[in-house]
Amino acid sequence: MKYLAQQAINALQLGSIYALIALGYSMVYGVLTMINFAHGDVFMLGSFFCLLLIAFVPVPFWLALIVVMGATALLGTFIERFAYRPLRNAPRVSAIITALGCGLVIQNTTLGISPYARPMPHLINNVTYQFGGLTVTTLQMIIIGISVGLMLALDFLIGKTSFGMAMRAISSDRATVPLLGIPANRVIAITFALGAALGGAAGLLYGMAYPVVSAAMGITVGWKAFVAAVIGGIGNMRGAVLGAFLLGGVEVMTVAVLPSTYRDLICYSLLLLILVFKPHGLLGKPTLQKA
Amino acid sequence: MKIPGATSRILPAVLLFVGLIVSAVLPATGLVNDYLQFVLMSVAINAILCVSLNLVNGWMGEFSVGHAGFMALGAYASAILTVKLFPGAPSFLLFPAAVLIGGTVAGLAGIPVGILSFKTRGDYLAIITLAFLMIVKSGIENIPYTGGPRGMLGIPRLTTVAWAYFWCVVAFWVIRNLVYSKYGRGICAIREDEVAAEAMGVSTRSAKLVAFVTSSFFAGVAGALFAHQLQFINPSSFDILKSTEILVMVYLGGVASLGGSLLGAGVVTILTQCLQPLGTWRMVVLPALLVLLMLFRPGGIMGYRDWNWLKPRIFTKPRLEKSK
Repeated sequence: MKYLAQQAINALQLGSIYALIALGYSMVYGVLTMINFAHGDVFMLGSFFCLLLIAFVPVPFWLALIVVMGATALLGTFIERFAYRPLRNAPRVSAIITALGCGLVIQNTTLGISPYARPMPHLINNVTYQFGGLTVTTLQMIIIGISVGLMLALDFLIGKTSFGMAMRAISSDRATVPLLGIPANRVIAITFALGAALGGAAGLLYGMAYPVVSAAMGITVGWKAFVAAVIGGIGNMRGAVLGAFLLGGVEVMTVAVLPSTYRDLICYSLLLLILVFKPHGLLGKPTLQKA
Repeated sequence: MKIPGATSRILPAVLLFVGLIVSAVLPATGLVNDYLQFVLMSVAINAILCVSLNLVNGWMGEFSVGHAGFMALGAYASAILTVKLFPGAPSFLLFPAAVLIGGTVAGLAGIPVGILSFKTRGDYLAIITLAFLMIVKSGIENIPYTGGPRGMLGIPRLTTVAWAYFWCVVAFWVIRNLVYSKYGRGICAIREDEVAAEAMGVSTRSAKLVAFVTSSFFAGVAGALFAHQLQFINPSSFDILKSTEILVMVYLGGVASLGGSLLGAGVVTILTQCLQPLGTWRMVVLPALLVLLMLFRPGGIMGYRDWNWLKPRIFTKPRLEKSK
């Protein structure tokens, strides 16, 4: 029982990082119905930005978080402006391919600059607490706390503010929104910035939790988060969070029971299984597919 | 009746036959060195991959990123045959059988993906093919029989320029006859409008299944040739990057185009060889090329068009302007 509870904490930690990334996928899909395959690599760059930052200036953790989020947000808007916006009215496939290409460009550029995995220095003083036999570290509390905080903030932003209303309007009818005087381009750009900032934050947190940073993270971790977003129903924010925690749980339990090489197999089989029975994910609303 | 502007049927057949003879004799003459032979084989194998993916991504208009997965199945199935089961068999019998079985295994694996494509399409189908690729890759990684993540070593070098050329011609010939047949027009109709196609009496389910199975069969064939060319395969040679490489070829050469597939495979393969000194940066250039291509020429070099000599006669445009 104690073992299970301990694993649950680990799952919560992994799940909250997945959730932050998955939200970025889901937000972009929500407004543009486009899979932003480059998002996983933006997440990866979040880790590298942090590494770069503390290599030059020893900043405290919270400042690093803000700077990294800002940097990835800029990157996100940059990609949107120069790669995706010109293709907004092109066939969907062109946009997917462009996203895939952008992701590979980012990933391989990083690989060209830093071919080896790098260790992440400690940003915070990690203290281990004991709660009735359960071990919880400061790091875990920070990760889960920040993730949940950001998710709540995002939920508030989308559900309660006028910007969130504009976002939801675009996702339901992109053609009408500009006619109503809503600056659709600006809303879409901000959505990308928000998604990328969350991805950057996840990158930093991931780097702190599993302190090895490599260029392949965009695929190994980023694509898992994408799976989480799809499991939850891509385009649905709460679904993304649900899918992320579900996936985090499944992964941690898989590793606890089976050899860790089975992790990907189980994870993608779960995705396939869910797509077969619920083609739009757990919380996704069915849309007319064949139209 | 002679249609003006249409090409003869005999000329391509003669050219293909001469090509086969040349490709069989060429290595023996010593005019081309091993490296050049390797490049020629790679072009042919990539052309098979490219045209077979084009069937699903171009003519049918879906988006599959799982092509490397089918390729992996073909490569492993054939390598098991030549390395584990019949290591001593005469290669002129063993190799064609191995390639065919590699293709068949991959083709069978195409059936479930095809069935899943009945209901899902677009982004979700892309995700399904991605999941398929990942399952195949990590599945193979967990099978100790084929060496797990370390891969299989000591595969005999059976792929020759002539074999690669032969299978390349077969792939192009089958896919050409498929897409220009009445049945194949149904596959193209799915791309244009699935509901309308169904209303016009196209059996979209069977068309999708046929397209997926044919496409994955030839991916398996290419995988088998690939395995016996490199003599070494491991699961990570069939990852998402391999799929992307094939996608680059398809979209660079041109969607729904036989000539485009050939062109795309040739250009990308030779470019990859020329950019070899760049190392990792090579993999920056290719995707960047893909992005630029999508931004400025979304259909690729010859999207939706083809050379006349590759098309059946009734599809070549007669020069009607003159008679008017």
